[in-house]
Amino acid sequence: MDQFAVKVFVRLRPSVLDPAGEATKSASIKLGAEGIKSLRIGKMIEVKIEGNGENEVREKIDLLCDRLFANTVIEDYEYSLEKL
Amino acid sequence: MDNFIVGIVVFPGSNCDRDVSWALEGCLDIRTKYLWHESSDLSEVDAIVLPGGFSYGDYLRCGAIARFSPLINALDEFVKSGKRVLGICNGFQILTESGFLPGALTANKNLNFICDDVELDIVSSKGGWFNNGDEKQTIKLPIAHGEGRYHCDSDTLKKLVDDELIALRYKNNPNGSSFDIAGITNEKGNVLGLMPHPERACDETIGGTDGLFTLKSLIVK
Repeated sequence: MDQFAVKVFVRLRPSVLDPAGEATKSASIKLGAEGIKSLRIGKMIEVKIEGNGENEVREKIDLLCDRLFANTVIEDYEYSLEKL
Repeated sequence: MDNFIVGIVVFPGSNCDRDVSWALEGCLDIRTKYLWHESSDLSEVDAIVLPGGFSYGDYLRCGAIARFSPLINALDEFVKSGKRVLGICNGFQILTESGFLPGALTANKNLNFICDDVELDIVSSKGGWFNNGDEKQTIKLPIAHGEGRYHCDSDTLKKLVDDELIALRYKNNPNGSSFDIAGITNEKGNVLGLMPHPERACDETIGGTDGLFTLKSLIVK
């Protein structure tokens, strides 16, 4: 069995308003940061997972992302995978 | 309807389960039974309410974890049999997360947790959940949510409109919901999800009785 470290990024789809991102953008500007054109907040999920090779692990992670980590009605996801 | 029993699902973090029970038993004389989320035996109940609250602490997303409970797994068969399911607030979020209703509910546009009475237009009488008679096309119900902004893509919205699946629309949209949507039904009409709380509007002494009709209609066959 191989072990992998996976980082999943879940983001609101571009068409979905992100009020928390807007509020943080507003605070960033009040802090004095200039030039911020857009600020959107997502989630990062770290998973350590075992499997027989990368393909099998990708299948498991795809299922997790599609059914649990993200709600694909409003969110997109992507992930990176590193063999340990 | 002495034998009719409404099941009220209790998740860890549900907090309107007792309110629903009080409204059904105390105001409408309808028998209820609490159903723990780990149960998958729905044989003793004739209709189900998914109450408001914060199931599983709203971890990940509202309703996202509740979706994987044994009870929600068993709900598919229950819904297919035509029995009625009412999802209130967090219950509505669970129904969208689990695919019984289309779309999703996410953070209110102004980020506030909104606790208020709202005016609602009754749009469709599908499923007979609302009194869409001659007299009353508008009702007033309380809302209490931080994540009640209904969102769906344009194709889904068109389908909701064309198939008359939109049950309720806010008169003054408080949370940024698409098309002012406050509640929708499935195509058959036996599943209703709504953000407002009908169980909190069942007695004049607490501010109104506009929620009675919806709760009473749990026993419409």
